[in-house]
Amino acid sequence: MSLPSPVKKGYVRPLDLKHGRVDMGHGAGGRAMAQLISELFAASFANEHLERGDDAAVLPAPAPGERLVVATDAHVVSPLFFPGGDIGCLSVHGTINDLAVMGARPLYLAASFILEEGFPLAVLARIVQSMAHAAREAGVPVVTGDTKVVEQGKGDGVFITTTGVGALPAGREIGGANARPGDAILVSGTLGDHGMAIMAQRESLAFDSEIASDTAALHGLVAAMLDAVPTIRVLRDPTRGGLATTLNEIATQSGVGMELDEASIPVQPQVAAACELLGLDPLYVANEGKLIAICPADAADRLLAAMRAHPLGERAARIGTVTADPNAFVQIRTAFGGRRMVDWLSGEQLPRIC
Amino acid sequence: MKYVDEFRDGALAAKLAGAIAREADPGRNYAFMEFCGGHTHAISRYGVTDLLPANVRMIHGPGCPVCVLPIGRIDMAIRLALSRPDITICTYGDCLRVPASDGLSLLKAKARGADIRMVYSAADALALAQKMPEREVVFFAIGFETTTPPTALVLRQAQALQLANFSVLCNHVLTPSAILTILESPEVRELGTVPLDGFIGPAHVSTIIGSRPYAFFAEEYRKPVVIAGFEPLDVMQAIRMLIRQVNEGRAEVENEFTRAVTEDGNLKAQALVSEVFELRRSFEWRGLREVPYSALRIRAPFAAWDAETKFGLEFVSVPDNRACECGAILRGVKTPTDCKLFGTVCTPENPMGSCMVSSEGACAAHYNYGRFRDVPVVAGTTR
Repeated sequence: MSLPSPVKKGYVRPLDLKHGRVDMGHGAGGRAMAQLISELFAASFANEHLERGDDAAVLPAPAPGERLVVATDAHVVSPLFFPGGDIGCLSVHGTINDLAVMGARPLYLAASFILEEGFPLAVLARIVQSMAHAAREAGVPVVTGDTKVVEQGKGDGVFITTTGVGALPAGREIGGANARPGDAILVSGTLGDHGMAIMAQRESLAFDSEIASDTAALHGLVAAMLDAVPTIRVLRDPTRGGLATTLNEIATQSGVGMELDEASIPVQPQVAAACELLGLDPLYVANEGKLIAICPADAADRLLAAMRAHPLGERAARIGTVTADPNAFVQIRTAFGGRRMVDWLSGEQLPRIC
Repeated sequence: MKYVDEFRDGALAAKLAGAIAREADPGRNYAFMEFCGGHTHAISRYGVTDLLPANVRMIHGPGCPVCVLPIGRIDMAIRLALSRPDITICTYGDCLRVPASDGLSLLKAKARGADIRMVYSAADALALAQKMPEREVVFFAIGFETTTPPTALVLRQAQALQLANFSVLCNHVLTPSAILTILESPEVRELGTVPLDGFIGPAHVSTIIGSRPYAFFAEEYRKPVVIAGFEPLDVMQAIRMLIRQVNEGRAEVENEFTRAVTEDGNLKAQALVSEVFELRRSFEWRGLREVPYSALRIRAPFAAWDAETKFGLEFVSVPDNRACECGAILRGVKTPTDCKLFGTVCTPENPMGSCMVSSEGACAAHYNYGRFRDVPVVAGTTR
């Protein structure tokens, strides 16, 4: 961000956050951009790094022996606001969770905004305030950023990319390649909430629902889990593609199979019903505040208890077992009593006709 | 979910599986075709085959509306959308991925700039036309008798409103003609090489057409038909009823789905359909080729809303890959793993043949849900 601002208080009219709109000037590097940055972004995210107004944030090195972890995530959700959240808090949670599931302690965020010309400043302010709130709540400040404006019709209101930096303690090795036959597979709560909340909001769906997105920062839950069971082997947040896709990724990375028990997989009844209506499978629907954990079988009960003791893991469940299978097939024992594969999602999940 | 979970109950399934095992004669084999993709989906999704004795085999039939749609029909929609920037094509979700000529699908045509939108109902397409009077909205209508009445309804509404920017590209097909084609196929009729002991009759289709149209198959071809709902317990119960008919030497139409299907069906819907549509002399089905009197076209009084007439669209038949075994699989002559293309060049990501297109197709269902059965079990699980 380029501060100090050439804008002097007193003779410049403040940004019209009620009726104003983003124009090309807000991305042109001049006075208008400086004003947008100081009056909206710096004011909302309010921290010493941003206030210095330099081109980059200067941050202290992590503790000796710790390693740096970096993750980045672009957010293009439509609609921008949905029950349970909005693109702002989602962009904070998404990147924090990518760090958290590596076992890292999230430290700082960078945010870059692509704004579409004509986008109402009032809406932008709501989004930025939601981001700032989420960052404050998580204790992970947004320390640097960037803003670009594209012509009308070349964007979808606002796109937000966040990059996060975290610290990983010495000796902690969590990763998708670490699952071993015999390990237990756990999830932190009900599946499909975020994806169905979004889908229910899209204009083509005319049903009212009370499904809210589960968007949340998971680093607190992860910390509690690692305190209880330091030997957790795999953590991952099942976002796009849902539980099914994420488990297939892990199975492939680790070269193992998996066997799930359908009856033990938590899904809210209203999510199950909405999926049923649309011909979708909740196992493939996105989550933004859930994680999958794989740990040695003898630690599973302890891990489950630690998850359930945390507000974000109240409905945690043990859903299956890692098996030896060079084909890396994820299989499920259906509640009906049969068996089938839970395959990678092919293309986009589209509703069936009949 | 109330009124749904009851039909997916594992304890009841185990009981029913026991009854089927007791009633199936170990001295013979049973082969039943579930016509509908909805049944295929239920069988694969819930693992119903695991609950059946080894001598009861299910053949997946051609009742997946997306799978049987010929390439040439999708080509018509794609060409129209790409050549006329003022046209918006609306269709059901499943249809977007169906591969067509030139490596295109509706989804890929969209990426090339065509305005293609997914709708959840025919009414949504009509509403879109009303909302965008400056654009031509074409509803690409597909499906069996279940989705036909809603299409008829919007055509009547469009006529009543004299809505000039709306039309329908009609691909509606008929279930009984497809069943007849399978029964008339040489393997079943003359050679007797395909054992086909009976049918699980359609669920949703039968709510419209009733149970009567199947009587002909039972009488003329001596094949029992049991109409069943789309839930896994419905399917299991229908299999048990079919086994009983076979054991007792009966060939009748029975109705397991009495909570929704009557003998007459939905007379109002039938009247509506015959007011708006008439039979096509012949229609191409993927996997079954030309099937006489197997599809519907829009009647002359509604010609102004018939996209084929309105835009002068021509159907050009496009043959399937020569190695594709979909036709034989749909008739029960072969299974997906008999096809050289299965799982190699033909996958759900890149389907070559109709059966791989939708999760209701025989090949896609086996690929997505049952592929693990094709490889030997390597190691035991720990539980």
